[in-house]
Amino acid sequence: MDFSLYLRYGPALASGFGVTLLCWFGGAALGLAVGFVVALLRRVPLPPLNWLTRAYIELVRGTPFLVQLFVLYDGGPAIGLRLDATTSGILALGVYGSAYFAEIFRAGFTAVPPGQVEAAASLGMAPWTIMGRIRIPVMLVAIVPALTNMLIILSKETVVLSIITVPELMYQMQTMAAETFAAFETILAMALLYWVMVEMVARLGRLVEHRVTAFMTGPA
Amino acid sequence: MKLQAALDALPYLLGAAETTLWISLFGMALGQVLGAAVCLCRLSRLGVLTRFGALYVSFYRGVPLLVQLLLVYYFLPFVGIDVPPLVAAIGSLGLASGAYVCEIFRGALNAVPKGQVEAALALGFADIPIWWRILLPQMLRISLPALVNELILLLKASSLVSVVGVTELTRASHSWAATTFRPLEIYLTAAAIYLAMNLCLALFGALAERRLAQA
Repeated sequence: MDFSLYLRYGPALASGFGVTLLCWFGGAALGLAVGFVVALLRRVPLPPLNWLTRAYIELVRGTPFLVQLFVLYDGGPAIGLRLDATTSGILALGVYGSAYFAEIFRAGFTAVPPGQVEAAASLGMAPWTIMGRIRIPVMLVAIVPALTNMLIILSKETVVLSIITVPELMYQMQTMAAETFAAFETILAMALLYWVMVEMVARLGRLVEHRVTAFMTGPA
Repeated sequence: MKLQAALDALPYLLGAAETTLWISLFGMALGQVLGAAVCLCRLSRLGVLTRFGALYVSFYRGVPLLVQLLLVYYFLPFVGIDVPPLVAAIGSLGLASGAYVCEIFRGALNAVPKGQVEAALALGFADIPIWWRILLPQMLRISLPALVNELILLLKASSLVSVVGVTELTRASHSWAATTFRPLEIYLTAAAIYLAMNLCLALFGALAERRLAQA
């Protein structure tokens, strides 16, 4: 295969990579924020609110990401929601991630030993302080592996955005494949690139995990 | 929003949902077999096989499914093999699923207490009875929740196989939405069908779990 092709398509591929990162970070940030709020709402002892949040989570986790994307991007204009492809993509990634993140946060909250919370309460800490200084820090440590895993899944879902013409890396690669007729080589390059990227993020996640566990279990 | 548009599409979408269901079930079956095989590779004492298993899992979990599907789609003609789209779709889903199933099996096997195997060895059990009567039954019970989860993920992932030319639920709703100009109604109907199928799977999983817990 002719490697000068990659040079010629360099700018397009670089901009595609930028859009991929934008969608990934944007979607992840949105998903984390919404997921955290949903997880907090699930803790409120109010049955209608609980049904609502559970329905939201089941709905998002029970339907394919591609269908959600179509609902938002193709179906949105029917109810006056006109978004460009990239905004739709980030929004859809955020919604998709939020349901999973909410469940991760919820599991994290239950991983906090009740004794620690009781000890803090008996020391006279306000519920707000307990949340900020005990529940949330301990929860964050417990969920690092699950969070890394979900972030990796989201990075792989960004590829699907190419179907609604978000100009991310996959879209640029497919354009290149169509224009140069070197489809197989291009997709293979894409697969290898993603493989390396995901492995790197996974390694980084394990590193953070070690650091955080060492910090929590280290000499006080 | 017009309910009629959704109702008109329903028979067609349900027909396509059947394709989705079959692709997912066959994909899952293939994934189980491959997963078990790769798991054995990873557990074997042969360095080459262990390496292969680790590489397999890393590749299929590290590359997005859409890229894997396109890779198969372009690779087969590249080497001169002509397979029907349905086979390519099921094969791709099965290959990807195998990596996840392998890790589920491996985790479940590790969760079986070592003392049980040692006790069986001390009692003079041979390798095969140890696998058949001690490891496999418990592995199945431990891995069931994760396997049902994987089946649900696979069913959702099957929405991507339209890129290799299979008309399943997502593709069908896409073309129906394009001809009727009622995307919102059609896609929401498709989403409802997916949701219904997944809830059935989850229910089935919960029932099976209860059965195995009693056994």
